[in-house]
Amino acid sequence: MSGLRVLVGCKRVIDYAVKIRVKPDKTGVVTDGVKHSMNPFDEIAVEEAVRMKEKKIVSEVVAVSCGPAQCQEILRTAMAMGADRAIHVEVDAKNYDTMLPLHVAKILSKIAQEEKADIVFTGKQAIDDDANQTAQMVAGILNWPQATFASKIEKVDGNLKVTREIDGGLETISVKLPAVISSDLRLNEPRYATLPNIMKAKKKPLVKKTPKDYGVELTSTQQVLKVDEPLTRQAGSKLGSVEELVQKLRDAGLVPS
Amino acid sequence: MALLFRPSQIFGRTVYHLQRSIQFCQTRTMLAGSCIDISHGLEGEQNQIQQVALDFAKNEMSPYMQKWDEEEIFPVDTMRKAAALGFGAVYCNEKYGGTGLSRLDASIIFEALATGCCSTTAYISIHNMCAWMIDEFGTEELREKWIGSLATMDKFASYCLTEPGAGSDAVSLTTSAKKDGSDYVINGAKAFISGAGRSDVYVVMCRTGAAGAKGVSCILVDKDSPGLSFGKKEKKVGWNTHPASIVSFDDCRVPQTNLVGAEGQGFNIAMKGLNGGRLNVASCSLGAAHASIAKARDHLKVRKQFGKTLENFQYLQFRLAEMATQLLASRLMVRNAAKALDNKDQEAVVLCSMAKLFATEQCFEICNGALQLFGGYGYLKDYPVQQYMRDTRVHCILEGTNEIMRMLVSRDLLTER
Repeated sequence: MSGLRVLVGCKRVIDYAVKIRVKPDKTGVVTDGVKHSMNPFDEIAVEEAVRMKEKKIVSEVVAVSCGPAQCQEILRTAMAMGADRAIHVEVDAKNYDTMLPLHVAKILSKIAQEEKADIVFTGKQAIDDDANQTAQMVAGILNWPQATFASKIEKVDGNLKVTREIDGGLETISVKLPAVISSDLRLNEPRYATLPNIMKAKKKPLVKKTPKDYGVELTSTQQVLKVDEPLTRQAGSKLGSVEELVQKLRDAGLVPS
Repeated sequence: MALLFRPSQIFGRTVYHLQRSIQFCQTRTMLAGSCIDISHGLEGEQNQIQQVALDFAKNEMSPYMQKWDEEEIFPVDTMRKAAALGFGAVYCNEKYGGTGLSRLDASIIFEALATGCCSTTAYISIHNMCAWMIDEFGTEELREKWIGSLATMDKFASYCLTEPGAGSDAVSLTTSAKKDGSDYVINGAKAFISGAGRSDVYVVMCRTGAAGAKGVSCILVDKDSPGLSFGKKEKKVGWNTHPASIVSFDDCRVPQTNLVGAEGQGFNIAMKGLNGGRLNVASCSLGAAHASIAKARDHLKVRKQFGKTLENFQYLQFRLAEMATQLLASRLMVRNAAKALDNKDQEAVVLCSMAKLFATEQCFEICNGALQLFGGYGYLKDYPVQQYMRDTRVHCILEGTNEIMRMLVSRDLLTER
């Protein structure tokens, strides 16, 4: 046991299979009665942390979720997958609507310090707001190195060798611990929780906290003006020749005439 | 420009779908949040257990169910994968490797798995029933020997009660087991045995005493026992992902230590196993019906006739509503019976019979109705509804025919109290 402690951020999001509907008043999307689950990228982060524990690189995996009471179900899932314990930072519905990645980053940073975590691990982005900010902000606040969009993680000597998915291909970097990592899709394929582990997860410790406990005020710095459905895609048409295509593109102002 | 090159940084939801090669039309849980939401009323870990089973059905079973049916494949690897999650011996005690869950949990699991492949789940449920009979009534030695490997599905089990000449009148079974030295010598034949030829252990009801229920004993027969043989593989309407055939015993020798429970207790054990078995097949029917409704519903939204999608026709709307109502009524009845069995309710046997009668018939009708909504396409094997219809048909016949279920229910009603 090397004694590394990993903190994994687990966001509760609308399930990836659900068809998102915008509320009639355009203030947001419909969440009532809609199936929720753990953000798939966070699930990949939990899986990786658990695999690192199985490889004895890590000794403890702590799952954290910020949000309403139902987040505890997400944390139970994380524990059924193999996380050792969980921290639920409860945020009421009103504040949750305006909570930003910065708030979560502040909370995670504070917990990382209190828990003496060696790694803060999150999904690269959540599939609801697609912000892709939390991991980077945590690294900024803690002044830790960051390895985002990880598709492979190895421990080499005292450091982590992380393969990152970048625009042009793959980049391999070495980060000193403590560090912040965010998982990309190809890092692993999360396991199914086994039934015995689901039962055991019920007995694992889950601590309830509030943002205040970590000295974080959830004051909102931005206001949502409206949420709209993406434009429906227009039907295309088949063209007879390249000339016709170029003319169409010119007409649309997409190529210089 | 950067955005063009970084599709994975935008629309995580879409990216997740595309890169995990999940088709949108396949994965949308259209019925989640609806009046027939499969998880409605479940809480905590029961919800999680169901979710694992649903995910497993969606990812590991449903993409292959048509191939398994067409090519009559017994999907050993998939079943072992399911067993590794705890689905092999759901309601066996944890002592020798069972999962230690309730009958209600088991019903929820089989229902969820059956959305992916009804026939394979039905076999898994029979296997579970056999494991439970050994775990509940077997000696410590038998439990130690079998439960662990049945739980992981390294070994498979089959249930042998029906005979060519003893179906609904099960008490008339004639397969005999006579003591000889330290062995039983078994002679006779069992019919319609699911898993026959592939299973490693057969839970066989034999006559060790006089005629009648009290003369029946439950004996385990290892597949390697001398004198055990199998008939030709039956050709079935559905349930094609596991073989069935006659199991013949010709001076088949097994040690007397293979006796499960006491001599003469066999019929009682067989019936106790079947109580759970009835719930299990009824649960498989629920899953098949649920999946059929989901598919029919999606079809109604896409298929156009007379210039509009089918969802705009009132008759079809009403049919969908009727099917959903039949499903929910069936599900409530099955879960109620499962709770009764868990609570050792004195009416449990009748409640299980009623639930099996109602759910298997209603769900077959739902699957058949879903096929009708698909029109000509529904009759093609390219569309899965016909498979759910074929697979659920037999649920009205086995684990006690629905005529026997009616008999059990009416007998209870006509009893003077």
